[in-house]
Amino acid sequence: MCGLAGIIHRVGIADIGSEMTSMLQSMKHRGPDSSGFAVYGVPRDGELVMRFKVAEQEDLATGFDIQRQMRERRAEVDARIESLGGKIVEAEQVTEYALRYRLEYDGDLRGFADYLEDIEDVEVLSIGEGLELIKDLGDANRVADRYGLKGFNGTHAIGHTRMATESDVDIRSAHPYWAYPFRDISVVHNGQLTNYWKSRREMEHRGHRFMTNCDSELIAVYLAERQAAGQGLDVAMRASIDDLDGVFTYIVATANSLGMDKDLMAAKPMVLYEGDDVIALASEEVAIRSIFPAEIDTVDPYEGEVRVWHT
Amino acid sequence: MAHLEREQKSADGGMHAERLAGRTQQVFFSPVEDENFVSPGSFQVDVEKRAELDAGEMDTTAINLKIRELMGDGRGTIVVKNPLAKHSLGVGILSRLQLHFEGSLGYFGVGMIDGPNVRISGRVGWSCAENMMAGTVLIEKNAGSCFGAAIRGGDLVCKGDVGARTGIDMKGGTIIVGGRTGAFSGFMMQRGRMVVLGDAGKNLGDSMYDGTIYVGGAIASLGVDAVPAEMTERDVAWLERKLAVYGVEAPTGVATMQKVVAGQKLWNYDNLEPTEKKLVL
Repeated sequence: MCGLAGIIHRVGIADIGSEMTSMLQSMKHRGPDSSGFAVYGVPRDGELVMRFKVAEQEDLATGFDIQRQMRERRAEVDARIESLGGKIVEAEQVTEYALRYRLEYDGDLRGFADYLEDIEDVEVLSIGEGLELIKDLGDANRVADRYGLKGFNGTHAIGHTRMATESDVDIRSAHPYWAYPFRDISVVHNGQLTNYWKSRREMEHRGHRFMTNCDSELIAVYLAERQAAGQGLDVAMRASIDDLDGVFTYIVATANSLGMDKDLMAAKPMVLYEGDDVIALASEEVAIRSIFPAEIDTVDPYEGEVRVWHT
Repeated sequence: MAHLEREQKSADGGMHAERLAGRTQQVFFSPVEDENFVSPGSFQVDVEKRAELDAGEMDTTAINLKIRELMGDGRGTIVVKNPLAKHSLGVGILSRLQLHFEGSLGYFGVGMIDGPNVRISGRVGWSCAENMMAGTVLIEKNAGSCFGAAIRGGDLVCKGDVGARTGIDMKGGTIIVGGRTGAFSGFMMQRGRMVVLGDAGKNLGDSMYDGTIYVGGAIASLGVDAVPAEMTERDVAWLERKLAVYGVEAPTGVATMQKVVAGQKLWNYDNLEPTEKKLVL
């Protein structure tokens, strides 16, 4: 089924970590498999934040020598970053397999990410000035506690509770997806894409990278491709309504905006609250009400609607 | 078997243009005035006895059980405060009741009801009043998709806009929408009436078997086998009376509304099954 949530503060910053956790936890019934957050913190001048993982959760249970392998993979990541002229400002081991680095790097991001992912079983979850992508198995409270998300201050965030329907229950198949390799773009999706395999083959021929068998990843790659061609986000989102086949409602976030897109059948839900300074949207109103308990005016966007908001 | 000598007030009044006359259309009880239309074991309530309920901290099951408890106590008017858009509130109420929700409901609000008069001062999510048998539901703000899915009777009124697939598979009753409605409204409609005072989204009445849709605004497109029909004086008179009951108005007057019915080209009820056609007669 899946549950989506998005929140954007147009003025100032707020504890979006707690807000998103609350929204996602109230929709746990829509997706108990895994939870994912794309939170946009306050950027630091000249720095990028990279979130990556060096193993899947299931590897820890089955891998014989996994601890040593993870250490080696991480060491290799450090070495490769240095060899490309990057500088690690701060390295944080968030969980056994998930890491957060603050970097200084101003070279080609595609080459950078490709080189790091060339290390076996390393996946770069996100790179961005503000974007930090956290996803793991378990419900929102559990993931938020493990990754210390409550108290994360920022301008906007999107999140996802997953009920896996098309692919495995693992971290790589969880949402959000980063529009690799474009900094700060992330996507969450509710629905099924029926032309996934066909589109994926075409895009792989054009050189795009797919890390999973999850159909939702297609949206991230699609938007990334359009971004590379210089197309504006809302233009790309409108085009996706025709190019993507299947049922979908998705939310996309960039460094300073949040967008929502619905398919032509209005098959997957979205409830929208537009306040004066805050925009909140989610698959169900209970999610929005968990942070706005007073009566508010909410609407369901119609089929084929595309909306974009900016900070 | 079926008791066929009975008063057919509504049919004589011309309110049923349906041609479907299958077995389920026969009535197996005698609907005279003095016979109870009450489900066995249902609550006897007094509308003068009022109760209030703060649902803020309660979960869905607790709220619904509390409503039943209050009805068991004879409370005929129940006001539920702070529903906080929870799902499946007020479902399965099978007797008369004045039920007011001060706030918004989530999905499946007041589903499967048979008799209560419900007022919701906020908005509702998806599938409100699905499978309603009888009663009235009035929503002050807007509603989500699948509004009034598969209802069999009663009046379901939303003063604001509603989403897609409104009245999907309706089997009777009346849906009134004060604003616009989304795509595939009246999809596979079987009986009943849907009145949309605003615009209707694409594929209106797609694959409808029967029933009638009235639209006051623009229709984006008609669905498969949904065809326009002439408004009659009876239609106009009924619409004026009905809309007045709920305090809503057609934007350019009732007589200018468009009427949509089934083209009946999808009907295959008398056709032989493909394998039956093989029989050499």
